[in-house]
Amino acid sequence: MGMQRFSGFALARQTLSGHAGWGRQWRSPEPKAAYDAVIIGGGGHGLATAFHLARDHGLRHIAVLEKAWVGGGNTGRNTTIIRSNYLFDASARLYDHAVKLWEQLSQTLNYNVMFSQRGVLMLAHNVHDVQSFKRHVHANRLNGVDNEWLSAEEAQEFCPPLRIDGGMRYPVLGAALQRRAGTARHDAVAWGYARAADALGVDIIENCAVTGIVRNTQGAVEAVETTRGRIATPKIGVVAAGNTSVVMGMAGVRMPLESYPLQALVSEPVKPVFPCVVMSNTIHAYISQSDKGELVIGAGTDAYISYSQRGALHISSHTLEAICELFPQFRRMRMLRNWGGIVDVTPDRSPIIAKTPVQGLYVNCGWGTGGFKATPGSGHLFAWTMAKDEPHEINAPFTIERFRDGRLIDEAAAAAVAH
Amino acid sequence: MLLIPCPYCGPRPELEFAYAGEAGIVRPANAAALDDDAWGAFLYQRSNPRGPHDERWRHLHGCARFFNARRDTVTDVFAATWKVGEAAP
Repeated sequence: MGMQRFSGFALARQTLSGHAGWGRQWRSPEPKAAYDAVIIGGGGHGLATAFHLARDHGLRHIAVLEKAWVGGGNTGRNTTIIRSNYLFDASARLYDHAVKLWEQLSQTLNYNVMFSQRGVLMLAHNVHDVQSFKRHVHANRLNGVDNEWLSAEEAQEFCPPLRIDGGMRYPVLGAALQRRAGTARHDAVAWGYARAADALGVDIIENCAVTGIVRNTQGAVEAVETTRGRIATPKIGVVAAGNTSVVMGMAGVRMPLESYPLQALVSEPVKPVFPCVVMSNTIHAYISQSDKGELVIGAGTDAYISYSQRGALHISSHTLEAICELFPQFRRMRMLRNWGGIVDVTPDRSPIIAKTPVQGLYVNCGWGTGGFKATPGSGHLFAWTMAKDEPHEINAPFTIERFRDGRLIDEAAAAAVAH
Repeated sequence: MLLIPCPYCGPRPELEFAYAGEAGIVRPANAAALDDDAWGAFLYQRSNPRGPHDERWRHLHGCARFFNARRDTVTDVFAATWKVGEAAP
C-alpha cells in the first residue's frame, strides 16, 4: 500500500526538498461498522498483534482500538530492557523467541527501533543470589539462551562505573551476564508497528475507548461498544495491560490479575558514561543510559493495587539510594522526570496469551513488570492464537486454566522479586 | 506515600503498614467438596476494580492489627476503614 519506505536514498531525496515531503506515518481512519478482528489496546503488544494478523494470517479487516494515543501506556513508560534469561523452559522459549525477533525487527518494520545488544548484567549480592543466578546460567544454557557467570572483578571490567569494594551494605559478589540482551527505543517500537500495520490495511483508531463487549445468545462475542460507536466483530483480542481486568469484566470473565503502579525515572542527559544495562533484583535498581544521554532508572512496584499511574516517592527514593551506593559517581546527578505505569500481575508472574472461556474472545495479559522485552514475540504468538483459534506451541503453557489446574510457571518464586 | 487511617491508632504514614490484598475472600469451609474451578477462583481470581476497592491492611509497625479499608484505586483516596468483624459501611 502507500507506505513511504525509509532508506538512505529517501533521506537524501527529502534533504534536497527541505524535508517538506515526509507524509503521515499512519492514517487516522473513522471506525467502520464491522471488522474481522478487533484488538483492544494500541500499545506495542496490540499493534504487533495486528501487524502479524495482517502479514502472516491474511486478515485484512482489522481494527486496533486505543482509548488514548498509540504507545502512551506502558509501552512509553518502561525502562526498555530486553532479555531472555528466565529460569523455566517455557519462559526461556517464550522470551528468547522475542529476542530473536528483536534482532530482525528494524528490517522487518523498515523502522529503526534502535535495538542495542549492549548486555544485561544482573548483580548478585549474597550467597542465595550467587546460587540462584548460577542455576539460571546453567538452565539458560541448556535451553540455548546465552548467559554467563562473571566474578565481581569481571563484572566491573564489563561495566567500569560499578563499585565492587567491600564497604557496601550489599556488596557485589558476582553477576550473570546475557550479552544478547540490551535495550530498544520504546516509542519507535510502537510507531514502527503502527506504521507497518497501517500499511497492511489495519485501521488504528485512537481516542476510542471500549465501553462494552456484546455477546450473542450462544455466548460468543459479536461486537464491542465504544465511545465512537458500536463495532461488530467475531474476534476480539484484549491487550489492555493494567486495564485487562476491567475490559475482561465487560465480557463477564474474572481474571487472576492485580494491577500495580510501577515507577521509572530519568536523569538529566549526560555524555556516554554507562555501557550496558545493570539490574539488581535484591536491592531493586535497574539502570541503563539512553541514546539521548539520560540515565533510565527503574524502581519497584507500590505495595497496593492502583490505577493512578503514579508511584510513591519512597519507592523511587529507595531505588536511588541503591543506585548511588552501586555507582557513587551518580550521587550528584539530578532526576528530570518520574512517572508510573500500571502493570497487570499474575500470581506466578508469567503472562497469559490464550483463548478464554468466551468464544471469539482472546487475551494477552499478565506481563507484569517486564512486558516490553516480549513485544515482538507476544504479538506474533497472540496473532497465531487468534487466527487459528489454538495456541502456538510456544505459548501453549501460558493459559488462564493453569490457575485452575495448578500448572503454574512460577517465575515469581524463581526470581523472588519483581523482574 | 499514603496517609492511612488505622481504625485503632488514627492516621499514620504508609511505611508503617503492610498491604494484605482484597478483603472478603473467605476460605471455603469444606475445600475438599469444591471442584477445580471454584478452588482456582478462590486462590487466584481477584476483582481488581478501577474505582472503590475493599481491601485489608495490617498496621505492622504500629498496633500490628489487621483492618479493612475502602480505597478508590484511581485516586488512592481512603473512603473508610473499619475493624475486623465490623460490617462494611
